Amino acid sequence: MRKPLTLRLLSALDRKSWLALGVFLTIALLLVPVLHLAVPPESAFHVSAYAITLFGKIMCYAIVAVAMDLIWGYGGILSLGHGLFFALGGYAFGMYLMRQIGRDGSYQSDLPDFMVFLDWKQLPWYWSGSDNLWWVAILVVAVPAIVAFVFGYFAFRSRIKGVYFSIITQALTYAAMLLFFRNETGFGGNNGFTDFKRILGYSITSPETRLVLFGLTALMLAVTLVFARWLVTSKFGRVLTAIRDAESRVMFIGYNPLWYKLFIWVISAILCGIAGALYVPQVGIINPSEMSPANSIEIAIWVAVGGRGTLIGPIIGAFVVNLAKSWFTVSFPEYWLFFLGLLFILVTLLLPHGLVGLWKTLRQSRGVRT
Amino acid sequence: MREFFRKVIGIDPEKCLPEYRVGYTGQQRTLDLTHNVILYLEDISVSFDGFKALNKLTLAIDAGELRCIIGPNGAGKTTMMDVITGKTRPDSGTAFFGQSIDLTRLSEPEIAHAGIGRKFQKPTIFQQHSVFENLELAMKTDKRVRRSLFARLRDEERDRVADTLRQIRLDGEADRPAGLLSHGQKQWLEIGMLLVQEPQLLLLDEPVAGMTDDETMRTAELFVSLAGQHSLVVVEHDMAFIKELGGLVTVLHEGSVLAEGELDSVQNDERVIEVYLGR
Repeated sequence: MRKPLTLRLLSALDRKSWLALGVFLTIALLLVPVLHLAVPPESAFHVSAYAITLFGKIMCYAIVAVAMDLIWGYGGILSLGHGLFFALGGYAFGMYLMRQIGRDGSYQSDLPDFMVFLDWKQLPWYWSGSDNLWWVAILVVAVPAIVAFVFGYFAFRSRIKGVYFSIITQALTYAAMLLFFRNETGFGGNNGFTDFKRILGYSITSPETRLVLFGLTALMLAVTLVFARWLVTSKFGRVLTAIRDAESRVMFIGYNPLWYKLFIWVISAILCGIAGALYVPQVGIINPSEMSPANSIEIAIWVAVGGRGTLIGPIIGAFVVNLAKSWFTVSFPEYWLFFLGLLFILVTLLLPHGLVGLWKTLRQSRGVRT
Repeated sequence: MREFFRKVIGIDPEKCLPEYRVGYTGQQRTLDLTHNVILYLEDISVSFDGFKALNKLTLAIDAGELRCIIGPNGAGKTTMMDVITGKTRPDSGTAFFGQSIDLTRLSEPEIAHAGIGRKFQKPTIFQQHSVFENLELAMKTDKRVRRSLFARLRDEERDRVADTLRQIRLDGEADRPAGLLSHGQKQWLEIGMLLVQEPQLLLLDEPVAGMTDDETMRTAELFVSLAGQHSLVVVEHDMAFIKELGGLVTVLHEGSVLAEGELDSVQNDERVIEVYLGR
């Protein structure tokens, strides 16, 4: 009685969740484009380009938050270096966007501007093939995956756990940031990549391109959610949470935690890489600051605020924190980091299960009263 | 040539052969029990920062035997189990499972697949998982990642879990989170997890700690019924329980065997009395 995979994917979510997902995709793929293109800007129902970029960006963050939750909430491994995988995916796709500029850069050269500035005569070997979207799509997945595999293999094999693992991931992303800051690395130094013009020949700033990118991000978020749901409800997911709760018991009943951790670690890195690749064309810039330790810590805060160990929690967390951030950084830019720190302390002290935990508690106490 | 490898590189080429490797697939090779010995420890020494936890320990367990191990605190009982299950590597000495499986070369999961199950002193179960899921995870099967991703319980596996639930008297609790069970029930659940794992050798570290007298006696019955088909090594302090089990008793002291024999003779052994009562 083996059920086909499609059926099992279908049963990964219950009917209400599928319905919610359908509503979300309808809004993102149909309603938003109509409201953006067909409704005049002076109407109250018009969705501005700013809003599309903002929400597109936050949906990328939401994918990262789900990826983070898989490894932290379900695997019990706190990574404070997930910004690295996000940035690697972003840089890989950024290479393609740089090549798409063609001769429209300031120096009218075939080479990206920063290479002309450095007086380089030809592309470095690792840029070869970067004008091909398919090759770049492979890089977006493969580069974070390989980095994660190599790092994860040695870290998990050496049984590095807990805070030690977190610190090493911080060091990893910091080291990568320093590497990418150098001009000789060949990724634009501290300016990174920017001034993108085209994607597949279409203007990157046209409303249609924006909407397509927005729609793709929404679709990717939905796919991530269904895939993550399927993973955590499979036996693999149960072994993973078992490793989180009692790793030695898992070993003594015959599972090798190394491969389980490594698998979810690599999956998580790949999801971050894809999110990064979707992020860069929408935001229009990628630079080494994406790899700064603070960015990676922020990812952990989204998950903590939303509620780890649930899949909807990190998405809610990513939206709440980032909407607050975009409001704060406009209204009181100097207080944002204080607010973020305060938020983290309050959530840790008062809401150990995040907003989702709060919602559940409220619903339960209301259920008791009636 | 073989000597060269063993002496110079520290690799015994014969031990790289496939029959020395144990995977995670749950396919047990039949254990070589030609001399009717399932576990053989010889001259095992382990020291932690100068403290000798095990000191040239030599111990043999026969196939189908039920052996009790007693000894004062710090005698090395738990360290011995750590060595057998691969958690601690001995500084010297050999540990063989059957005639051919060298335990000092295998990882913890490989040893589990070879057929050794272990119950910890403190009940170690998956608190967040239901009782049913605890047993499902422990069940003998292919435990590699790619299997777990697509695994579905077969009907006979469901029945096996249901049988075990009855055996450990938790059949009404299948869907409860294991963390909500009473202490004694947690002990039983862990024993149940050992059973579905189908090991040939069970190592049980203080299995009746925190159980009521009634539960203790039922546990003794269960263990006696398992002996013969399985080999059991039980570490306990509860003398009434050991008496009920009725097997040979080994007394450990300062990391090696002090005395071995029937419970009565061991209890009357002057050296044992001295160790327990102090000099």
